[in-house]
Amino acid sequence: MSDITASAYVRQDLLTERPAPVKTTGFIGLVRTRLLNSPTNILITIVSALLLWFTIVPSVKFLFVDAVWTGTDRTACLTENGACWPYIQAKLPQLIYGFYPEAERWRVNLTFALAAVLLVPMLVPRLPAKAINASLFFFAFPVVAFFLLHGGGISGFGLSWTAGLLQLFDDSIIGAGQVLLNLSKTSAIAPLLWVLGSLIVLVGKAIYWLIFPLTWLRDQLEASGQSVWTDFAITTAVVSLIAFALGGGVRAGWRPLAWSLATFAAIAIVIKLMGLDHGGLSVVQTRLWGGLLVTLVVSVAGIVTSLPIGIALALGRRSSIPLIRIFSIAFIEFWRGVPLITVLFFATYMLPLFLPGNFTVDGLVRALIGIALFTGAYQAENVRGGLAAIPRGQGEAAAALGLSWWKTTSLIVLPQALRHVIPNLVNSFISLFKDTSLVSIVALFDLLGSLRASFADPKWSAPSTLFTGFAFAGIIYFLFCFGMSRYSLFVEHRLNAHRRN
Amino acid sequence: MSDPIVKITGLNKWYGDFHVLRDIDLEVRKGERIVICGPSGSGKSTLIRCINALEEFQEGEIVVDGIELGPNLKHIDAVRREVGMVFQSFNLFPHLTVLDNCTLAPIWVRNIPKRDAEATAMKFLERVKIPHQANKFPGQMSGGQQQRVAIARALTMNPKVMLFDEPTSALDPEMVKEVLDTMVDLAEEGMTMLVVTHEMGFAREVANRVVFMDAGQIIEANTPNEFFASPQHARTKLFLSQILR
Ligand SMILES: Nc1ncnc2c1ncn2[C@@H]1O[C@H](COP(=O)(O)OP(=O)(O)OP(=O)(O)O)[C@@H](O)[C@H]1O
Ligand SMILES: [Mg+2]
Repeated sequence: MSDITASAYVRQDLLTERPAPVKTTGFIGLVRTRLLNSPTNILITIVSALLLWFTIVPSVKFLFVDAVWTGTDRTACLTENGACWPYIQAKLPQLIYGFYPEAERWRVNLTFALAAVLLVPMLVPRLPAKAINASLFFFAFPVVAFFLLHGGGISGFGLSWTAGLLQLFDDSIIGAGQVLLNLSKTSAIAPLLWVLGSLIVLVGKAIYWLIFPLTWLRDQLEASGQSVWTDFAITTAVVSLIAFALGGGVRAGWRPLAWSLATFAAIAIVIKLMGLDHGGLSVVQTRLWGGLLVTLVVSVAGIVTSLPIGIALALGRRSSIPLIRIFSIAFIEFWRGVPLITVLFFATYMLPLFLPGNFTVDGLVRALIGIALFTGAYQAENVRGGLAAIPRGQGEAAAALGLSWWKTTSLIVLPQALRHVIPNLVNSFISLFKDTSLVSIVALFDLLGSLRASFADPKWSAPSTLFTGFAFAGIIYFLFCFGMSRYSLFVEHRLNAHRRN
Repeated sequence: MSDPIVKITGLNKWYGDFHVLRDIDLEVRKGERIVICGPSGSGKSTLIRCINALEEFQEGEIVVDGIELGPNLKHIDAVRREVGMVFQSFNLFPHLTVLDNCTLAPIWVRNIPKRDAEATAMKFLERVKIPHQANKFPGQMSGGQQQRVAIARALTMNPKVMLFDEPTSALDPEMVKEVLDTMVDLAEEGMTMLVVTHEMGFAREVANRVVFMDAGQIIEANTPNEFFASPQHARTKLFLSQILR
């Protein structure tokens, strides 16, 4: 027993109380171990604190403490030098809708609501039916939104549109031939031009007779009065039959047939509901659109169209077919080499000069196309970076399993490539969102444009309105961009589950 | 035995000016196991990659199960459906689970309903002894397990011929055995196999014929017993002395 009591690990006498060790948790601990633990860190902490003091405090003071919250005109805001919120409140309709007629603004609200109803379930991964949801958002919604926002109806359907498109194509061929023939009267190489021109006109004539049955049918339909629904029935029948045949005919074609019929039934309901067959809603010209509406229309359309454009160009740039590759490279380099402002000016003021005389494109649509192609070129380079990161073995393994190029690309290569470049893609989306403010220089009033227009109102001219307005616009832009950024982080984290062990 | 399932005649291939494959003739009968060996750069990989058209060639003819391989794309697809391939670096699809790796091709190439494809995939995953890992991602598995998934993935397409390009070279020694065991099982079930490998034990145990390649040519082909006991060619002797030591 004496051995055990003598052991070194048994206390002989009691210890006196010692002070507690320096705290490393809690607020005090954090300050001590993270912020003030070395001379450099003390310096950095002091500088940061000063910076925060000089930015946060005045902002809070301007936006909240000194702010004016009620009032009916500028007099309320003259006394204080804080933000003039009644001004924003008074101008809010203009900032959201622009000059969109007041009586019709429910259409804009309905469009926003529709977008939210379709977008939110699509962004939450847990919710089911992603395929239907996505196709509704990407294909059905834009059409419905167009007829809601712009208004107007349809005078025909698939058949007359096809006929119209083919006719336009044919007219432009004949037009080109005619131009050559005209040139041949004065040119030095007249015979050559004459032969070429006659040839082109001949081809155009041949196409004219080739599509004559179609155009004739359309003219008959238009004369009959019930053109929309007859045309609709014909289109439904033709498309459904094609779906049936391609889907496997009697053996396996019933499902595609059912889908096609269901889709057309849904389209019919929409046409009926919106009264598209007799004129639809009253037309609101796009030059009356403005504010947040224009910002959202331009950016959503730009985001949705630029990614497919970018993917197509990136794949084209890696294609083994020289013509496709050269076209893609030229296209990408051209758009990347031109500033967006130039693109917008060109689309707005120059493009109409090049288009055939009877062919006009709406101003907003022109800007949209310009932005989509511009961003598409940037997205192409982002996507190409992702494609380059995929080892060759992936494509080879897929090919060895018998997958075609299309399936290899869409199931193996692109899903991996896009995951790699989510941050870059979203980066481009965010800069697109902010660049939409450039459309104000081509006479479209987006959020920023509407804001600047509202400054001119003498009723609200006070020293603080300018700052209030820009602060408000800044907050709106920030909320959207920050939202995109956070969501992309979430998606990135989720999709890259396979890279974590 | 029956007709050859793979018949290569007068195969020549160049990379630019470099003559990689020179006048290769090779016949593989149904159920035969062939091991291809030879020094690095002798064209072994190139040869078996020609069989499922991962490489194109300039001269000669390859017939797989009666389908002639040429520049015609239609035939390339037909051949690839009949030939499975296992790569040195596994080449599993990292963004898909093990099960999805194994059902992708049956669903998208053979149009098999998803449920049936999954049942078949599970059957093959059981055969390579990893059914309980079906929902993992490839990155979460060991190299040996990944290579066995790759074998299962190739088998789900019911290939008539299996090609292996150094399937164990990227593995740690203790994992080599599990993969080789899987391949031995496959051989015992009667699969036609062309295996590029330096595992001479596997060649002795499983192969019907060992083919030795050097500088783009087949310079010796014999039963394993003959091949190891009395190599004919000086190059073969040198190679064997280096590799068996
Ligand atoms: N894409 C290519 N372009 C040019 N030369 C190539 C290419 N691929 C392979 N080669 C050359 O062809 C020859 C044969 O290559 P191959 O990969 O078939 O050899 P291998 O026998 O499989 O060698 P290893 O045992 O190292 O895998 C090598 O000399 C290699 O350098
Ligand atoms: Mg090799």
